[in-house]
Parts: sequence; C-alpha cells; structure tokens
Amino acid sequence: MTKAVLSTLELLLLLFPVALLLGGYMARVFRGERTFLSSGLRPMEKLVYRLCRVDEAREMSGRSYALCVVATTLGGCLVLLLIQLLQGILPLNPQGLRGVRWDTALNTAISFGTNTNWQAYAGETTMSPLTQMLGLAVQNFLSAAVGIAVAVAMIRGFARKEAKTVGNFWVDLVRSVIYILLPLALVLAVVLVSQGVVQTLRAPVEARTLESARQVIPMGPVASQEAIKELGTNGGGYYNANSAHPFENPNGLTNLLENFALLLIPTALVFSFGIMVGNRRQGRALLAAMLALFALGLGLSFWAELSGNPLLADAGVLAGANFEGKEVRLGIPASALWAESTTATSTGAVNSAHDSDLPLVGLVQLFNMGIGEVVFGGVGVGLIGMLFYVVLAMFVAGLMIGRTPEFLGKKLGAREMIMAVIGILLPPVILLSGAAIALLLPAGLAGLGNPSAHGLSEILYAYTSAVGNNGSAMAGLSANTPFYNLTLGLVMLIGRFATLLPGLAIGAAVARKRTVPSSIATFPTTGPLFVVVLVGVILLVGALTYFPAFSLGPILEHLFLGAGRLA
Amino acid sequence: MTRRSTGAAERRSMFDRALVIQAVRGSFRKLDPRQLLRSPVMLVTEAGAALTTILTVVSIVQARPFSFELQVSLWLWFTVLFANFAEALAEAQGSARAESLRRSRKDLAARRQLADGRTEQVSAATLRKGDAVVVGDGETIPGDGEIVEGTALVDESAITGESAPVVREAGGDRSGVTGGSRVLSGQIKVRITANPGETFLDHMIAMVEGARRQMTPNEIALQILLVGLTVLFVVVVLSVPAMAHYMGVATTVPVLVSLLVCLMPTTIGGLLPAIGIAGMDRLVQRNVIALSGRAVEASGDVDIVVLDKTGTITLGNRMATELLPAPGVSREELIDAALLSSLPDETPEGRSIVVLCKNELGIRGGDIRAPGDAVFIPFSAMTRMSGVDVGMRRIRKGAIDAMEGLVRLLGGYFPEPVKAQVEAVARNGDTPMVVTDGSRVLGVVRLKDVLKQGIKARLAELRHMGIRSVMITGDNPLTAASIAAEAGLDDFIAQAKPDAKLSLIRKYQSDGHLVAMIGDGTNDAPALAQADVAVAMNAGTQAAREAANMIDLDSNPTKLLDIVEVGKEILITRGALTTFSVANDMAKYFAIVPAIFAAAYPELGVLNVMRLSTPASAILAAVVFNALIIPALIPLALRGVRFRARSASAVLRWNLLVYGMGGLLLPFLGIKLLDMFLVALRLV
Repeated sequence: MTKAVLSTLELLLLLFPVALLLGGYMARVFRGERTFLSSGLRPMEKLVYRLCRVDEAREMSGRSYALCVVATTLGGCLVLLLIQLLQGILPLNPQGLRGVRWDTALNTAISFGTNTNWQAYAGETTMSPLTQMLGLAVQNFLSAAVGIAVAVAMIRGFARKEAKTVGNFWVDLVRSVIYILLPLALVLAVVLVSQGVVQTLRAPVEARTLESARQVIPMGPVASQEAIKELGTNGGGYYNANSAHPFENPNGLTNLLENFALLLIPTALVFSFGIMVGNRRQGRALLAAMLALFALGLGLSFWAELSGNPLLADAGVLAGANFEGKEVRLGIPASALWAESTTATSTGAVNSAHDSDLPLVGLVQLFNMGIGEVVFGGVGVGLIGMLFYVVLAMFVAGLMIGRTPEFLGKKLGAREMIMAVIGILLPPVILLSGAAIALLLPAGLAGLGNPSAHGLSEILYAYTSAVGNNGSAMAGLSANTPFYNLTLGLVMLIGRFATLLPGLAIGAAVARKRTVPSSIATFPTTGPLFVVVLVGVILLVGALTYFPAFSLGPILEHLFLGAGRLA
Repeated sequence: MTRRSTGAAERRSMFDRALVIQAVRGSFRKLDPRQLLRSPVMLVTEAGAALTTILTVVSIVQARPFSFELQVSLWLWFTVLFANFAEALAEAQGSARAESLRRSRKDLAARRQLADGRTEQVSAATLRKGDAVVVGDGETIPGDGEIVEGTALVDESAITGESAPVVREAGGDRSGVTGGSRVLSGQIKVRITANPGETFLDHMIAMVEGARRQMTPNEIALQILLVGLTVLFVVVVLSVPAMAHYMGVATTVPVLVSLLVCLMPTTIGGLLPAIGIAGMDRLVQRNVIALSGRAVEASGDVDIVVLDKTGTITLGNRMATELLPAPGVSREELIDAALLSSLPDETPEGRSIVVLCKNELGIRGGDIRAPGDAVFIPFSAMTRMSGVDVGMRRIRKGAIDAMEGLVRLLGGYFPEPVKAQVEAVARNGDTPMVVTDGSRVLGVVRLKDVLKQGIKARLAELRHMGIRSVMITGDNPLTAASIAAEAGLDDFIAQAKPDAKLSLIRKYQSDGHLVAMIGDGTNDAPALAQADVAVAMNAGTQAAREAANMIDLDSNPTKLLDIVEVGKEILITRGALTTFSVANDMAKYFAIVPAIFAAAYPELGVLNVMRLSTPASAILAAVVFNALIIPALIPLALRGVRFRARSASAVLRWNLLVYGMGGLLLPFLGIKLLDMFLVALRLV
C-alpha cells in the first residue's frame, strides 16, 4: 500500500505544478494574448487563417459554433471512413493490408472522430501506417481540439456579460492544435523515443523466439501517435496491447510520463477555467471535487487489487495481490493508478487487462465512466461534464438557500437546466438501453466470452465506455461484429454530442445573461461545502442510475468471489 | 413587528373539516389524466396504477393469487390521491379566503354621474373604466378608482383587516380607493379605473384561488429536472428485466411498476403545486397581494431595496427636539415665544414645538390657550415665516435667511453666535428654525426628522439577509446623511429629482443587481415599473398600484421583509423536498433490488440491510412508505420551510443535514417499520 500511495503522490506532484503553468498558458492562448511561443507560432496560425479564409475577429453565436462542431466531427469521421475503406490502394502500406471491413471502418471512424478510440480491431494487423498517421493520428489531434474549443466557448459564456457570442470555433480549434497539442505532443514524442518507443516507417521485422518460433513484429510511427494518444485523452493504441506493449510503453519512466500526459490537459483546463472566469479559487474548488472522487475510486481499487483474488488464492495459483492481467514490468500500483486515470479521464488507453481486475475495481471503472468522466475527464468534455453537475448541484443548493439558483453570478434557469439534464442523464439512458438490447439479442450475447455477472459487466463496460467516449474495453467481449460495431458506433456519436452541444448551449445561454454581483446572501462556491455538495450530487446521481446494473454485475461478482464461486 | 391575522378572511386551521372534505372531493376529480398533464411524475404514477389494476383484475378473473397485485394497485392509487389532496387542500384554503372576500361584494348599487351632472342608480357590475360615481356617507365604494373630488373617511377593513379608518382625498398620493371599502363620512366623486372582473378584489380572488397560477421560471426549471429523472428511472427500470432475463431471473410487471414509482420523485412531484399555491396564500395572510408568482420568487433574490425617505423611513414630519436660546436670552423667554407662536399653528412642526415647550415647562396635557388678542400669522410663500402678534409683540419663526432679512429690515442685527448655532444644527442634518421677537433674535429650535418606530431593526434584518437599503430623498446631503446614519442605511441619494429613482434603479440593474422598490406616489410609478420587485402601498395612487407587481394592503413599507421571507420559503421548501425525495431512493433500492434477485442469488441478500421479511413485504413496504410520505409532508409543504436570516452556507448546511441526510436515513427506518407492520397484519 505504501508503494501505491507513493506512486500516486509522485504522479500528482508532477501533475499539479505543470498543469497550473499550462492552465495559465492556455488561458492566455484563448484570450488571444501573447505567449512565449507566439513569435514562432503566430505566423503559422495566421497562415492557416489565410489559407482557410477564416476571419479571426469574427465571433460566433452559440448556434453557429455548434454547427461548426457538428460539421467538423462528422466531416472528420467521413474522411477517416474513406481512408480506411481505400487503404488497400493507398501508399505507405508495407504489410499490404486490405481495405478495412465496412462495419469496422464505420465504427473506427466514429470512434476516432468522437475522441473515443474504441478499437474493435487490432491496430498493427488492420491499419496501415498511412491510415494510422493520416487518418487516426489526425483525428487524435482534431477530436481533442474540438473538445478543448467547446470547453473554452462554455467558459467564455460564464466569463462574459450580456454577450451574444462565445468565440470563433475555427480560431479556438486552430489555437488548440498549434499552441497546445502540437508543441506538447512534439516534446513528449521525443522524450518517448529517447526511452525506446518505436518511431519508424520500416516494414515489420522478423524475430526468432527462444523456442525458435518465427515472430513477425510490426513497427511504425508509434511514438508520435503515443504522445497525442495520451495528451488528447484519445487512447487508441498503435498496438492492440495498447500501453501494455513494450514498444508503446517500455519502462517505468515512460509509464509515469504517459499517465501524467493523459491527465495533463484536463487538469490544466480546470485551472484555465478559474483564470478565465476571473475566479481562480473556483477552478481550485472544482479540482478539489475531482481529486476527492479520484482518491475515492483509487483507494477502493488499491484495496481490492492488493487484497487479491480469494479464488486464485484458494486454488493455490496466486496468493496475495491480484497479478492477473498485469504487466509484470509495471506492477500493481502503476496498473491500478493507470486504470483509474484512464477511466476518470476519457482516455481509454490501458496498460493492464481491465477484464482481469477484481470486480470492485471494475465497479470503480464503470462508475468513473458512468458519471460521464468528470474526474479530470476528457480534454474539454471532462470540464463540460463537471459543469453540468455544477449546474445541477447549484440548482438544488440555490433553492435550499432560498434564492434563484446561480453560479458565478449567472442565474440558472430553465434552459440551463434542460441542457444540464440532457448532458447528465441522456448518456446513462442511452447506455442502459444499449446494454439492455445487447443482453436480450442473440447477436449481443454471441460475442460474450464470460457467463453470468462478469459477462454482464463486460457488456455494460462496452456501452459505458462507448457513451463516455472512453474507448477502453474489458476485453472478453468480441466486439468486432456488425451488431456491436453499429450499436456502439451510434452510442459513441450520441454520447459525444450529448456532451458537446448542451455544453455549448449552456455557454451561449449564460453569456447572454447579466452577471449578478455576489453578496453575503450568495452561496460561496469556492468553499469546502460547495465541494461536498458537488461530490455528493455526483455520487448520488451515479448510485441511483446504476444501482440495479452494478448490483447484478460487479457487486454480484464480488459476492461470488467471497462465496468461493465464479457464477 | 407583529403579524396581524387577516381580517378579510379569518385564519382557519390548516385541516379545517369543511376544507378537508372539499379537498378530498377535489383529489378524486383531479384523477382525470388531463388534469395531471401538468405533473408528469404523477401522470406516470397513475399510468402505473392503472396497469397494475388491470393485471389484478386479470389475476382475479383467472383465479390466481392476487393479494400482492391488489395491494400494490391500491397504494399506487393512494399515491396519486395523496398528491392530488395536497394540491386540492391548498386550493381549498385559497378559495375559502376568496369566498369570504366575495361576501363583501354582494350586490352593490352605485350612483353614476351623467354628463349633465345628474346621477342615476345603477348596479356596480355595470360600471366601466372612466365612469364617475358619487359616494356619500355610509355608502360602499362600488369599484376601484381614484377620487377626483372631495375628501372622505374610509373604512377599508373589508380589504385590509385594518379597523382604523383612513382619510382619502382628491389629488396627492392618497387618492386611491378600493371597491368594497366603505365611506364613513364625507362625499367623494370617484372615477372608476377598472372594468368588472379586473378590479383589485378580482385579482385578489383569482390569485388566492390559484386560477391564474402560471409556473414561475424556478418551477419550470425544477419541473424539467423532475421530468429528466422520471425518464431516467423509466429506462433504468426497463433495463432491469433485460438484465434479469440474462441472469435467469423472472420479473413481474407489478414489481417493476413498484420500483419505478418508488424511484420517481413522487414526493416533490406531488407536493410541488401545493407549495406554490400555499406560498401565495401565506402572502395574503400577511395582507400582501402579489400580482405575479414570478415577483414573489424574485423577491428572494433582491439585493438592493430603494426606499423613499418620507413616509418610509421617517414619519414624514419634522419634530422639534431642542431649544437653543441666543446669548443673553433666557430659556424661559425662548420657550414662551416659541410656544406663543406655535399654539395656533396646526402644522405638524408647530404642534411638535408646542409639545416640546410643554415638556420643557413640565406641563402635562394641560390646557394652555393663546391670549385672546393673539393674531396668528400663517406661513406664506411670500414671507416664508409664520408667527403671532400679541399686543405689541411680533413673534416670528422661520428659516435663517428669511429671519435674517426680517431682523435687518427692522433695524436689528443678527448675532454671530446664533449663526454658529444654526450652522451646528444644520451640520447634524437637522433643520434650524430661528425665533425672533421684533428685531430681537431669541434663539433656535432644532427640528429633527424622526425615524419610524422599528425601522432601524428592520433595516438591520435586511442587511442580515444580504439586502442593501438605499434611501432616496430631496433633502440636502447633510440631512440625508444624518438620517441614513441614524437609521442604519447602507447608502443614500440626496437632493434627488423626481426622475432620480428611475435612473438609480436602472443603474443598479445594469450592474446586475435585483432591485426592490417601495412607493406610493404617482411620480414613483415609472420607478416601480422598472424595479424587479415593486411594492405599492394600497393607500397609494392608482398609477403606483398599476405599476407595481405587489400591493401591500397595510401600506406598511417594511412589509418587504415579509415578502422576501415568503419568497425564500417557497424556494427553500421546493429545494428541500426535492433533495428529500431523491435521497429517499437509496433506501428503496436497498429494499427492492434484493427482493427481486436474492431468491435466485442468495449472495445479494447482503444488500437487504434492513432485513426485511419477504420479497413481497419489502416491495410493499417501500411502496407504502412512498405513498404515506406525501400526506406526512403536506403540513410542511403548506407551511413552508422556515427561513432564518443566517449566512447562505449556514442555511444550506442545515437544510442539507435535515432534508439530505434525513432523506437518506429516514426511509430505512420507515420501510423497516412498515415491513414489520405488514407482516404482523399478515397482509403479505
């Protein structure tokens, strides 16, 4: 346990100072102020605007901003779909891979376009380097940038007074890529290469194993992909084994850096939020709520994993901590920490097999994703999701102090409420419906590798991961079937837009409002009581939504283990 | 300040027998699904009740056991009925109050004045806006209007419950009269300002009956949350049979409907309409008529209140408080002169000087008369002084510049020390009045604006609630500052022109403040129309009353505090019951989920933390608890959660503890007890 706590502290001590600096930098970038990178990047930014005929100074209403978001997302999906279908006749295909099957291609296109990176396929044997670089990696940047842009537009809404606009989508998108994602990804990729992550366009190498079997090891531009995969909370690995693969994540240092990278931008955005709304303590209060939920989930995971699996112990296979499905190089604390981080954010990259985690750890992961990944969360969307809960919490709290609910001086009315309710409740509604349908149809049950409670958890995990745009899988479920590709694809799309569009709508709605100055009758939203209320609302909504599902899935499985059986 | 019980409608006990009977009838009438459209939660509950009832009938017809289905159906119907009862009871209370108001309106006759000046006898119901009527001694005023001629002593007790009659006169700010009030003496001509059905009394009746009730923005937002939760729980419950089927467990419709109804926020959904109606009713009890529910709730958000000085903060008349003799003049001489000059002076200032002098002389009550040869010289705009001629004495009193001129004219000189005294008085914000006898300056009388009783405490309470008070006055800054300091106001605007109120309110609003304004005069009307919460005095002019969104029948400016309190209580009650309702769900899950699955998977029995006897008893106990909690909370919904002026955090912490934690824990106890009870009665 000491090691677990120490590795957590190590990560957080690295994370918070850097995120604080980055948060300040991002606030400057999105306010259009000069930064230390401006002299180099500003000409590039201007060039993009000239080429794309974007008028930098033209602000957009919430509606036109939203249209741009939808167009960019769907357009990105379409391009990616075509690249995959045509990869057989496109260059840079040293393995001679054929075009991707239509349902897989559609699922993958949606998956990367929505920042989900659910991978129904095995990367190294399905996608050519061209598809990986021009298709997947581009979407890794683009989808992350869309998330950041929408979050920034929403923040502006809270910061502005009686304004009709929330910013210019193209400007926010371009700045996210040029000033934030590209420089960070470049630095991280170089560091990863220095640690042994592969970066090449060469054909696969053949190796002779100890048992003198021949093994083909595909290579590729891994480091560049790896960097944005974590930074953009994408999670789609070059290799099927994702960050458990030694070419993606060779040692303890890269593991720490990648784990740090997947938390970095979501955390920094919370600081940017505080700065941009002119209330740094508000940002810190949100972060405190996130940290509390993070610690809660992580504590439970550590406890469960380190206590071990009674069944394996009884069978004399493995006493003590649960090593099943872990990379021995990385160990249990680093695996559990990663699993918590990847489901708390919407990353979905994995460095261990989540299918092998103990049921209570699965419960934590399902919960993290099920509440909408608001603990740090996906780039941009995590903050948006958290603000939905803030609207809900402040609505109830506001009523209980006898005032029209407000947050940051903005009165919260029917419109904000509709959007927050959609943002919070539509994803669970969709995922529960999807999982229920999969459980009832033979096509859904066909892919199931495990029976009983664990099987239920696997299907639940797939739809939770999809609707939350997480992308991690519990494995055990063969999801590369038309049924899963299509239903999960649809769920991913709904999940993405059910966060982005209500977020924008709230931003645009509060931007139009006047800002009410605070008085002693205003509830202070930066104190511990706010954090407690917010965390309480999140836990309660999550518990009420998933009580039956979790009871039959992870909780029942946990009880089975205690009773010495599997089903 | 004491709260007066309403006189128009005697206060009734909350569960008056007649009202309850009326409400019970109403709750059955409200079973009509079209009436439930406004409350989606209850509509779904009713649909569930109908479904289980059909299944019960099917079971009976097919001669299968039906006891459980029957009981579930009954309790689901009770759930809907209890919710309807809450609303019906609130409405019944309102209409009872309206009924007693109506009694005052019987069939009134009116004397309408025709164009040629003659009058004709008509029924009050035929009066139209613009008609002129004549009302004399002992007659009832036939409709809302404004006095255009004459003065009368009016008994408004039918409207306000205030037994002391009030003077109403043409012109000025006291010209409004209300239909239903009675002229005790005097003859007035009234121009009718409202058509039948639009009068003040009609407004009042409509408001208390809830007929014109529209959902307020807060109510709409809350309704959205409740609908969202309902949709979520419908999907959650629909996913249960799918998961159960996969796990090889059979589920039945009555059980699923029970789970759904228990999870849906039926408590707040059922009580929501009653909370709003009861809130309006509580305002009426405090003699305030709100013309929109939106304004009542906005009053909870007000952070600045703009007050008139005169009549609101001060009594409106300056009172003499001190006599300052000039050097070389004895105190007695000054008192004598001041008294003589004021005895015939009927202005409030004059009378207050008499009172002060009598006090100084130690005479109580006693009858001091002016000498027979005294000639009173009333105040005129020309001389700007008043006084008395007694024999050879020419006693005068007035402001310093006028008096200085007079003394010079008579060849006297104005002593410097008196000038210093005058300045000292003015510096304190008071009004100095100089008294002279011929060319001799006798001294200075200090006239002070006297605060209304209790105003300071009420303003302090407002500040405690986070509401800043701003006084607006035509006085000079010194006077204004002194009164502001004495009353404990946060800010003041001195030497304000009539349109200053409007621009001040606009300025505060553009800074994001929510402004309440209390006014009575015609020149207040634009400001009242601009303010977020506008309270007009019932005694005020028609223009002011029309511009306002609330009318205070007692014409008591500090009533704003009561309004703010009621506004906050309505919101707090909604928030508290929502929290309570949602928090209740945890325990219901712990009752119902193991009841469904523990037979097939005994491991899930650990979730049965309440150790409920059987699956059927557990589910029924949860349903019964869910139904009974509604009537149990009706008194709270109608009375409202008490608002205490404490910091927002303290209020929230307390309410979270009571309604959040309480809502989480109470049902565990309640369901367990009900389970034991059901088993003991062998109902399951």
